[in-house]
Amino acid sequence: MEYIIIIISAIFVNNIVFAQFLGICPFLGVSNKLSTSVGMGGAVIFVMTLATLVTYLIYQFILVPLGLGFLQTISYILVIAALVQMVEIILKKVSPALYQALGIFLPLITTNCAVLGVAILVIQKKYNLVESILFTMATAAGFLLALVIFAGIREHLDLMGVPKGMRGIPIALIVAGLLSLAFMGFAGLV
Amino acid sequence: MNQMQNFTKGLLASNPTLVLLLGMCPTLGVTTSAINGMGMGLATTFVLVASNVVIALIKNLIPDKVRIPSFIVVIASFVTIVDLVMAGFAPALHAQLGLFIPLIVVNCIVLGRAEAFASKNGVLSSLIDGLGMGIGFTLALMVLGSIRELLGSGAVFGIKLIAGDAILVFVLAPGAFIALGYLIALVNKIRKA
Repeated sequence: MEYIIIIISAIFVNNIVFAQFLGICPFLGVSNKLSTSVGMGGAVIFVMTLATLVTYLIYQFILVPLGLGFLQTISYILVIAALVQMVEIILKKVSPALYQALGIFLPLITTNCAVLGVAILVIQKKYNLVESILFTMATAAGFLLALVIFAGIREHLDLMGVPKGMRGIPIALIVAGLLSLAFMGFAGLV
Repeated sequence: MNQMQNFTKGLLASNPTLVLLLGMCPTLGVTTSAINGMGMGLATTFVLVASNVVIALIKNLIPDKVRIPSFIVVIASFVTIVDLVMAGFAPALHAQLGLFIPLIVVNCIVLGRAEAFASKNGVLSSLIDGLGMGIGFTLALMVLGSIRELLGSGAVFGIKLIAGDAILVFVLAPGAFIALGYLIALVNKIRKA
């Protein structure tokens, strides 16, 4: 039951984009087309889960025993950057098809603050390993959901007669605001 | 480019938040009040200035291939300093800003200035560039924070200006997107006029 609450709250109630404001850059950047947003979302689920797993283990088994908790930020960002590079190299070799699908999104993910944000959040929330992984996957799924909904709307938005000054990012932000308002409706769920 | 121009370009003409649209996550996340916006802006300004100066100093020692990771380590060190200093001296603000303090590391503005400016220019220019960009970021956050606080709770910097009920949604998540959307549209209008 506790796991279900973690999952629902991470996907809907505390949606990473609409409630926590993480990963806004890729959210605004690659949400022009539905197909690219699905690719980006998939890559984020994959990298985020892996990154949280590795950083969690590093925190619990290296940083805490050595009393080096203050190195969290530095070590995490380096681990995530290295990890993304490694995933890219391995995928290229092992699964060219998957690399074709995710390839161009992987380098972009290093600068996705959602990855670092979630890795730090699971430590702050004091989750155990299973909860951390569940929380991360659900959060990333929430990111995919937000991205896909938003891309669907933006494809239509291009055809609308938007006032000149509001075209592009301003209208996109207002649409995101309305979506965020809609997501607030989930608040009663948990 | 003279130093005055170097400083003022970050304020409006190429304001990192409102024109270049970098660093959107903290912009939306911490501007529930003017004071939070200012705190975040100043913390980022410190990291920006310090990392710009250090990177300008060591740019000739870093091999080109590992330049980005080296920049990130420099930035992350200063972010850790800010994090610890704030936790010690301004615990209330630190708790309010929460997760967004360590996330200064991945703020595109900081790495962007390191790569685009500090790695090519001298120490003084880099310092002034960092200061200008940082103050531009702080101003943008403060303006957005003031607007949201005024509409959402009828106050600015905690001083009550409008009596009675306010539009609560502006201090909640949706208000952040909507207020920023209109603010960017307004800035676009001013720049083109």
